[in-house]
Amino acid sequence: MRKRFDIRVQPGFATIAMLCFFILYVPIFTLVVYAFNSGISIARWEGFSFRWFVAAWNNNLVIEAAIRSVQIAAIAAVIATAVATLAAIATTRTAGYRGLTFKYSFINMPLMVPEIVTAVALLILFSRIKVWTGYSGLGYLILAHTAFCIPFAYLPIRARLENMDLALERAAADLYATPFKVFRYITLPLLWPGILAGLMLAFVISLDDIVITEFVKSAGQETLPTYMLGQLRRAITPEMNAISTVFLLLSLAIVTIFFFLSRSNEKSE
Amino acid sequence: MTERTRQAASAAQRQETINRWLLSTPALALIAIASVGPLLIVLLYSVLAPGSYGDVKWEFSGQGWFNVFFSRDIFDDTVSLADAHVTILWRSAKLAIITTVLCLIVGFPTAYFIASRAPHNRSIWLFLITIPFWTNMLIRGFAIQEMIRNEGLANTILIKLGIISAPIQMLYTDFAILLGMVYVHLPLMVLPLYASLEKLDFRLVEAGYDLYATRLKVLWRIIIPLVKPGIIAGSILVFIPALSSYVIPRILGGGKNLMVGNLIELQFGQGRNWPLGAALSITLVIIVLFAMLYYVKNAGKTGGGHA
Repeated sequence: MRKRFDIRVQPGFATIAMLCFFILYVPIFTLVVYAFNSGISIARWEGFSFRWFVAAWNNNLVIEAAIRSVQIAAIAAVIATAVATLAAIATTRTAGYRGLTFKYSFINMPLMVPEIVTAVALLILFSRIKVWTGYSGLGYLILAHTAFCIPFAYLPIRARLENMDLALERAAADLYATPFKVFRYITLPLLWPGILAGLMLAFVISLDDIVITEFVKSAGQETLPTYMLGQLRRAITPEMNAISTVFLLLSLAIVTIFFFLSRSNEKSE
Repeated sequence: MTERTRQAASAAQRQETINRWLLSTPALALIAIASVGPLLIVLLYSVLAPGSYGDVKWEFSGQGWFNVFFSRDIFDDTVSLADAHVTILWRSAKLAIITTVLCLIVGFPTAYFIASRAPHNRSIWLFLITIPFWTNMLIRGFAIQEMIRNEGLANTILIKLGIISAPIQMLYTDFAILLGMVYVHLPLMVLPLYASLEKLDFRLVEAGYDLYATRLKVLWRIIIPLVKPGIIAGSILVFIPALSSYVIPRILGGGKNLMVGNLIELQFGQGRNWPLGAALSITLVIIVLFAMLYYVKNAGKTGGGHA
């Protein structure tokens, strides 16, 4: 029997697609496998062991950097999500007003400027402020991270808001709810999945940042990515693989949650 | 409507606008302080004179911009094109363009493959594209580094297969940078392409076949023209970060294979020429802005386009 002619098929495309997934996953997969190597090589397999995970766990520099990363990401993500929520409310469900387009593009601007340029700009600005004020704490990193996380938090919240009907809020207002009550009991609960998605996204983006952190950090303020970047210049042991694996799993967990949150976003349309 | 109700309505509207500005102020202020505003300082620094130990002297100087394109011979004062800087700018552009083309060649069939799956299977494939995208850039660069180092998997397999007898030096070459950049940016190509291809009306494809078009002709004359906005979107979304890459060339290109991002860093580190670094930064921003404008004009038209 002749095979049915499938109009969707293009010859070779499926092969290239498989090749693409293969290319995407083989390096990551190899990296994870060698994290469990019992030998000191990252290329020669000598047996299964958890020794490098233990080594990383006992390495103070790694743990400190990891804690610092999570601290910065948590604070930056919460602030960014809070201000992004307000901004999203201010820029959606309106007939359009003066400055709306400006606001929209301004909020998305951090996405368009090359990171290296922002990093250099912040280096210049913060090095001046450091001299003037003498303050050299984590504040600079938190401020920088908050700023570039805002657009990432803003986009899912805005997407959610645009699908929300104003009628419920109008009804509440008609029943004499104060604006705050309307927000607290109507807008916020409906918006919550969007806010959580924004928070997750902002957290991952902050956690992953290398370039801006590398330029803004003061001495002794390594985050996990900048610590790893420093280590990559030296001789590498599977400890790096172990750290990467844990990092990878953490991002994967957050992204999975984000994925399901935004799916529930779409379903509730 | 009476005069009074009209006044009340316009007052309410004014109040509403004010509220909306107040609500967006914190976000706008944070971005102005720690993201967009500092760019103005970079612009200012690009027209100041370099200080002796980094930083700047507070006097006007065109030296920074001059140095982007020209260099003055220290002995006889003759002016020539600044080889190193122009070369690196051109190199970065070349690498970014090749990366974009390679991503398109691999990404288009992949996006097409996903878009032609049954609807309930698509999100799984998409998720598989997204996972590497959310993996830290450093980890992905490190993974590539491990693959292609002399004793790494790629060389080992090639030797076992008898294709080569001794390891090829792949790490710290342009090849390594290209491989790393394609690897890192591939999802940025696939996602917008998918968004376009998903909306592709297959009745048009069928019409093409009914009129005796070959598969290649259908692809070339029907599918590609229809998803052109997606192709432009994906290409720009890859080109911009590829051009300003910093991490990948740093870990895969070794010390000497620079791109413009690394050149900028050098001016603020060992190079100690902040105005030159600032001028290079502004140059990069301008190139990116033009790419962005092109993107908005050509990819924005269909509304969809990017994920």
